[in-house]
Order: sequence, then C-alpha cells, then structure tokens
Amino acid sequence: METISGIFDNKGTPLEKQKFTWKEMAGKPISKLDDDAFTRVRIILMNGVETDALRLKHGIARFNKELRLPLAEIRRVEQHQATMVNWLIGADHSPLETTVAYEQVAIEVTAAVAQNEPDRYQAQTYRFGLLEDFDHLYRYAAMLDRLEGKDANNILQGYTDLVPGRPISEHHRHPENDIRDNYEKGTAALITKIHAALITGAEYQTHDYYQNIGPLFADPLARQLYAEIASVEEQHVTQYGSLSDPSESHIEKWLVHEAMEVYMYASCAEQESNPRIKAMWERFLDYELGHLNVACEWFKKIEGRDPAEILAGPLPKMVEFKSQRDFVRQVLAAEVNLRTAGPAYVDKAKEPQSSLDYRNHLASQGLASDIVSAGYQWAPGGELMRKAS
Amino acid sequence: MAAAAKVGTNYTGVQMSPKDNKRLLDAVNDIHPDVPGDERGMLVERTERAAEADRIGSVPVPGSAKGMLKTGFDMMRGKSPEVFLDKLGERLAYERNGVRLYEAMIAKVKALDTPDTALVDTLTHIRNEEHEHMMLVHQAIETLGADPTAQTPCADVVGAMALGIVNVLTDPRTNVDQCLNALLTVELADNAAWELLIELAQAAGHPNIADSFTKAKTQEDDHLVKIKTLMRRDLIMQTK
Repeated sequence: METISGIFDNKGTPLEKQKFTWKEMAGKPISKLDDDAFTRVRIILMNGVETDALRLKHGIARFNKELRLPLAEIRRVEQHQATMVNWLIGADHSPLETTVAYEQVAIEVTAAVAQNEPDRYQAQTYRFGLLEDFDHLYRYAAMLDRLEGKDANNILQGYTDLVPGRPISEHHRHPENDIRDNYEKGTAALITKIHAALITGAEYQTHDYYQNIGPLFADPLARQLYAEIASVEEQHVTQYGSLSDPSESHIEKWLVHEAMEVYMYASCAEQESNPRIKAMWERFLDYELGHLNVACEWFKKIEGRDPAEILAGPLPKMVEFKSQRDFVRQVLAAEVNLRTAGPAYVDKAKEPQSSLDYRNHLASQGLASDIVSAGYQWAPGGELMRKAS
Repeated sequence: MAAAAKVGTNYTGVQMSPKDNKRLLDAVNDIHPDVPGDERGMLVERTERAAEADRIGSVPVPGSAKGMLKTGFDMMRGKSPEVFLDKLGERLAYERNGVRLYEAMIAKVKALDTPDTALVDTLTHIRNEEHEHMMLVHQAIETLGADPTAQTPCADVVGAMALGIVNVLTDPRTNVDQCLNALLTVELADNAAWELLIELAQAAGHPNIADSFTKAKTQEDDHLVKIKTLMRRDLIMQTK
C-alpha cells in the first residue's frame, strides 16, 4: 500500500486569518449537468465532515468550560466552511436527486475506506454497511423514476451500479445488533481512527438530511420510504459510532477529528477536476491545519501529552474518489447474506430473533421500499424506455 | 448572465461514459429485481392513502355580519359559496405570486449584455396589471364579507404549484428563454382560470363581480399573447 507522511507538519492558516464574506459562502453552485459526479460527491462528503466537526465540538463544550471559547472560535469557521461547501449544490437538484447523490457518496467513499482499512473487523463493518447503502440507492432510483420521471444515472454518471443490494426489508435490526466492537486507542492505526470519524460523520449527515427532507414530499410512499431509510441511517450512525474507542478523551477525539479533516481536504484537493472547487479545498486544507494546531496546543496543555502519540507515522494514500464498481460487486456476491448477532457478523440463518421480531412489527402495515421498487429494472433514460422497446 | 443554450461537457447521458454505462447495464442484466411486481403497486397504495387522507384545510367562515348572511343565504339555497370563495382565494394568491415572478424576470432581463428596454417595459406593464388583478380579487372577497388575508385551500395548492416556477425565475443561471417558458405556463393557466372565475361568479349569483373581472380577463389575454410572441420570436431567431 502506498503511504503518505508529513501532511500534519504544516501550521496552516492562523485562525484569525480564516475569514469569509456572506457572498462567497453563498456563492455560485456547481453545475449539476457539466461537473463530474465526484465533484458533487466530495462536496456532500465534506459538508458531512464539517457538520460533524460542529457536532463533536458542541459535545465537548458541554463537558469542558475551559475549552468553550477556543471551540466556539473554531466552530464559527467550520460553520462557514460547511456553508460555503453545502451551498455549492444548485437548486435544480430536486431533494430526491440530491438523495441519490448522497447514496453515491455513501457507496463510493465507504468502498474506498473499506479497502484502505487495516483492521479486519472494522473493514468488515464498512463492507456490511456498504451493501445497505447500495440497496438504498436502488430504492431511491426507483422512487426518482416513478415519482418524478427522472433517470438516477443522470446524477450518478455511470459510476455506480443500480441494482438491489442486501434487501432493505432486512436492514431494520434490534439496537442490540447494531453495536460494534471498537478499536483500541493504544494499538489502532491512526487511519483506523480517521476512518471511523469520517464514516460516522458522513452517515450522521445522511440521516439528518433524510430526516429533514422526508416531510417535504407529498407522496405518501416517498414520505414512508424516507422514514424507512432514515431509520437505517440512524442504525448506521449507531454502528459506525461504536467503532471508536469510548476511552479516548474528549480532546483526543478532537485531535483525531481535525486530523481526519486535514486528510480529507488533502484528498479532495489532490483529485478535484473543477479548478474553482480545487482552490476551495486547498484553502480549507490550510484552515484545517490551523485548527489541528490549536487542538495540538490544547492537547499538550490539558493532557500534558505529545500530539505525536496520536498523529505520528505514515498514513495510507489519499481516499480515492473513483468508481468502486468491481469491489462493490465482489462484496455483494460474497456478503449479501451476512447479518449481525450482537457485534458479530453471521449468516442470514443465524440472525437473532430480536431483529426479526423488531422488523416484522415495523413492516406489519407494509413496506414502502418494496412497493416503490417492485420489479424495478434500470434502463438508460429510465424504466419507461425499456418498456417502450 | 448565460444567454442561449451552448454545447459543452454535459456528463449526464450514457454517451459521455460508454464503458461505465455498459458495465452498469451488465449489472442490471445480471442482478434482477428482488421484489416482484411493477409500478402498479404504487398506484394501489396511493389510492388507498387518498381514501384515508384528511383534506388540506378549510375555507374560513366569513367574519363580517354581511358575509355571514350572504353565505347563510346561499347555503340555504343549496349552493356552496365556499367553492367560489376558495377559487377567489386561489386567484388572489396566484396574482400576488405573479407580481413577484415578473419582478424576478425584470431583474433577469436587466442583466442581459445588451439591455432590452422594450422587453423591460413590457414586463413592467404586465407586472403592474397582475398587481391590479390581485387588488381586484381582494376587493371582491371583501365585498362578500370574507377575509382576503386568509390562505384558502386552493390558494395553498397553487402556492405549492408555483414553487418550481419561482425556482426557475430566481435561479441566476437560467436564461431569458427558459424563464419565458415558465411564464408561459403561468399565463396559460392564469388565462383559463380567469375565464372560469367569471363563470363561477355568475353561477354563484354575483354578476357585479363577474363584470368587474371581464377587464382582467382581457388583459390576461394580452399577457398570454405577449409572452408567447416574445418566446417564439426569440427562439426562432436563434434557431434559424
């Protein structure tokens, strides 16, 4: 595996020089039609990262008076970073089209992470969640076609497959089967910690997005579909959130999160095809290095420890933003029948009764995901094109 | 502002990435739908949900004594004055929205590289007439003793309809022709709605209101012709 080192050795932009205007934050969106789908993938992902940065720092501030002001200062910048990033999505995306893009993010980024993850159990967890998000994409694509008469591949641009994954009718599990084993902070690689922070933040954003936009739909099936999938996203947040070590201190988690943000902006800047957006990723990479340095200073001051304990050593190469079709197909073929029993992965036949009872009750008055996707087979231009031929 | 359509790197179609899309089709051919059936299941479910649904809301009871009497009188004769009131509320909302749409359009036309003052004048004229129509309906609702500030169910529904139009008109990236197309949709519906409203006023026994609406209908006919002509002229000129 290729590695990188030294990305944390830069002081970045000092916090007091991290400034915005309202007009640049609410700037020109990307083109839904002419920009590469991976530009939108990076935008959605990094909005998820920034909103999770806010979430984590608010959590820390609840427990630490001394850190309230420094955290608030960084959060203010992160709020504005999140705005500038998220406002790049144009209003010609319907909420359902944006949803398709969110699932593309979940699939392509989780697949990249799963292949880079050195810890076998954690990698298994990413592959497990991946097959569920892959299935969500298929259900949403059917909904988009049958509700708005649009082709999901206009958003996906051929990078991501549109077929069933692990069927959503089997995603809903009892909470006891959603908790995963965590990495051990003393022995886990930095990249393992970064991955857990990244994917948890991304799924959190997806959950919140579905939870907010579900009620915007008039169609009762669309409303119920969002309810069903938002609930799985909450399970995913539970799952991925339990991958990190609960014995890490608040400041240690802050440090890992800032390192993750640096790593992700560096990944985005390295691969961005739109020059205007690339310049923004580079600017924010420098901002994040500034945030990381503040976090390091507080880590030294409060914990009396050297940040190198956490940040030293090489990282794998950058997260690859590209079609992970081959990997996803392999995982689908090999692991579609995996289920969970507590933190363990088991065959479908061994799924605990607690999850079966839980989902049977929820679906006892019907499952919108099944209804909207019944017999759905994608064709270029949408299923009506196939039926006409 | 972007003017007419241009050729560029639009990535949305399958021809832009034939290899990726071939592999996507391979997947679709290998892995079949897991749930049997087709889209007809959605229709069955929607029918069921429609049967179970509550209404959007109600037409408010007229607040003034005069209005109460009038409503009561018509009700006793087996008529439903709330139907007419609801449609009046709809027209008021639609015209009010129309004023804002034309204001957005004027801003867009002013952003053209070559200022088209004649077009701005035409749009301003229509905008002002939409405002007059809004006030005309406002007055008619008051005459009936009803509350023109209430949002009736039909007013709410046309508000939902208008959301897409508002997005088209206010998106800085849309060009004049795309916006004229949106305004054409608005004017076509508006024209038919005024025609119907006049008939409804007569049917509800309000000939004075029907008369007062005739001028508005004539002006709406003019709006429709103007928007249609502007759009046709501009697009044909670009196409030739």
